[in-house]
Amino acid sequence: MTRSATPFLAAAALALAVPGAALAWSDQPVDPSAEHPQVPVDYEENGRYYTEEGIPTYEIDEDGTVDWLTFSGFRRYHAECHTCHGPDGEGSTYAPKIKNSAVNMDYYDFYATVVNGRHNGNSVMPSFGENPNVMCYLDDIYVYLKARGMDAVARGRPSKKDPKSDAISEMENACMG
Amino acid sequence: MKKLTLLTSGLALTASMAVANEDLMSQMDDPNQWAIQTGDYKNQRYSELDQINAENVGDMQVAWTFSTGVLRGHEGSPLVVGDTMYLHTPFPNIVYALDLANEGRIKWKYEPQQDPDVIPVMCCDTVNRGVAYADGKIFLHQADTKVVALNAEDGSVAWEATNGDPSKGETNTATVLPVKDKVIVGISGGEFGVQGHVTAYNMETGEQEWRAYSVGPDDQILFNPEETTSLGEPVGADSSLNTWEGDQWMIGGGTTWGWYAADMDENLFYYGSGNPSTWNPAQRPGDNRWSMTIFARDIDTGEAKWVYQMTPHDEWDYDGVNEMILTEQEIDGEERKLLTHFDRNGLAYTMDRVSGELLVAEKYDPVVNWTTGVDMDPESDTYGRPEVVAQYSTEQNGEDVNTTGVCPAALGTKDQQPAAYSPKTETFYVPTNHVCMDYEPFRVAYTAGQPYVGATLSMYPAPDSHGGMGNFIAWDNINGEIKWSIPEQFSVWSGALATAGDVVFYGTLEGYLKAVDAESGDELYRFKTPSGIIGNVMTYMHDDKQYVGILSGIGGWAGIGLAAGLTNPNDGLGAVGGYAALSDYTALGGQLTVFSLPDSASSSSSSEN
Repeated sequence: MTRSATPFLAAAALALAVPGAALAWSDQPVDPSAEHPQVPVDYEENGRYYTEEGIPTYEIDEDGTVDWLTFSGFRRYHAECHTCHGPDGEGSTYAPKIKNSAVNMDYYDFYATVVNGRHNGNSVMPSFGENPNVMCYLDDIYVYLKARGMDAVARGRPSKKDPKSDAISEMENACMG
Repeated sequence: MKKLTLLTSGLALTASMAVANEDLMSQMDDPNQWAIQTGDYKNQRYSELDQINAENVGDMQVAWTFSTGVLRGHEGSPLVVGDTMYLHTPFPNIVYALDLANEGRIKWKYEPQQDPDVIPVMCCDTVNRGVAYADGKIFLHQADTKVVALNAEDGSVAWEATNGDPSKGETNTATVLPVKDKVIVGISGGEFGVQGHVTAYNMETGEQEWRAYSVGPDDQILFNPEETTSLGEPVGADSSLNTWEGDQWMIGGGTTWGWYAADMDENLFYYGSGNPSTWNPAQRPGDNRWSMTIFARDIDTGEAKWVYQMTPHDEWDYDGVNEMILTEQEIDGEERKLLTHFDRNGLAYTMDRVSGELLVAEKYDPVVNWTTGVDMDPESDTYGRPEVVAQYSTEQNGEDVNTTGVCPAALGTKDQQPAAYSPKTETFYVPTNHVCMDYEPFRVAYTAGQPYVGATLSMYPAPDSHGGMGNFIAWDNINGEIKWSIPEQFSVWSGALATAGDVVFYGTLEGYLKAVDAESGDELYRFKTPSGIIGNVMTYMHDDKQYVGILSGIGGWAGIGLAAGLTNPNDGLGAVGGYAALSDYTALGGQLTVFSLPDSASSSSSSEN
């Protein structure tokens, strides 16, 4: 745990720096044809894709091949998150359609909510800030859900994916300890 | 002389224990009441009442309803003891006492104070499977693992005990077993690396009397290496420790959140343990005993008399917690005391409940494919073990490999939703899931109080079948055969009830209460309640009138996957979304619906509607 503490602290500090995680819009629908500045890819770095503002995003080829992070996000989401938020981010009887939250929420608010959790009466999301299985893959989960919210990937397991880059492997190993 | 004293004091002890429990025993024997969640200690969920029967059930009407005020998954059922109905809710675990002699007026209401932080630690919704009654007390096992004894008359707290630590992922969803002078309770948290245990509290005082873990050293699991047997042989020393690497057993799972049974003549109680943690089998080499195990333990001491591990080294999350149903039946010309168990792994086991001998192990859904069956040859080295099909072995396929088409899915051919048994037809009535999955294990790290899962899975209706996600089946436990099977669009997540009126009741996720003929399975009645049903059907008699009660309130595991509908990733794009979403049929709710016959129809028959 000690080795992986640093990225978590960094994440927590980042979260604190961004005020006002809002509550209400998580189940609001998404119109994929509308303009979403947090979606288009501006540049690639070591197998990771970013928007113009440096927000992680997904990259999906015309033949359906997804970038590694989107695929990895699918896996991690369905281990850590789907027991509340449902398969493919579709929501459950007691937690919102998080695929829409990933589009509607600001990246930093999304991040902060995962790190800190959230209380809204008897609707409670736990804090995942100390869970390496979530924190080491938070960008993965975020870009996967954003792709789901935008209908850029279908439900179920993406069938074609980019290989995992060496840089992503190194970061994963450092983070998981 | 000394021996004699011991003997007499032993006798005296037994006598006083019998008295302490006589109250519940007599209430359970009275078919006019529903004094325990499971119908009786045998878990048969069978009622001798026959005013509502196969002839007239078609005339059944709603007699009265009650809103619980809570909108999440409602499992379990109310109890009826005397003139009072005791009704629970999911978190925040409110208990209502309703006065049946006064049109259901609320006699008292108890609402515990619980930290809402326990909510997200509960995998799969905040369900609770109901209160228990004994000795003038109502026992509530809250989500945060606090066990509370309430005075049945006024709802005042008699005692409280804390059974676990939610900050480590220990929570509770199950009811408790009141037996003799004890209240026996389990624990949830298999997805959080909990070391599962079962614990007895003194019924009078709430003091802890013993605790038996599912995994760990002999003195923690309360095994006697020479006396405790598995398939007829003593288990020997360190039978659990030998099957784990290092100290992995400390976060090894084996939680105990199912329905418990008891045999007072044998002085044994029966239950099953859940999955080993994590879901990634490569991370925990060995058989991982005694996860996925049927236990027979001594009521007084907790010591294990016999055990049987159904799924050694689980690779699919096939928890072994489902109920043990106790029956006396003839098998090969001999009357035997049996235990029948419908496991998540898709096999139905019939065992001798005194000796722990395995008599029958057969698939109760033909689509089950991860195993070719159990080795039934006592001379074999692999006696009692299931033969695993390599294609569906997530262990053999390895980490980071997606194993596809495994049946059943992780929610099992049946989850906790309890079956019923009719001694009249010698048939088991079993609510089942008809769902398969893809399962990909990968490496995870353990953090206390955080999910410890380590696999991703996709579930979908069983391919090449009727397209639905459930069946309601009639099962012959002697021959290991399905007698009939009713296809259902969604998993049947409701506990069944069989009655002497030759009717079997169950609920569906769309919200129907259904009554079927106990012999033929023909549908005799259906009524759509306000929300999907994951509760258990119960019945009672009041003022010479038979009533049937059911809780509605969609949620639980069924509320996760089925709410949005399941897709089969192996289908072409055209089929995706072709499967119905439960949200097209029902919405959240929390209501008790109670049925009876109209006054004129009690003796007439109906075949016209």
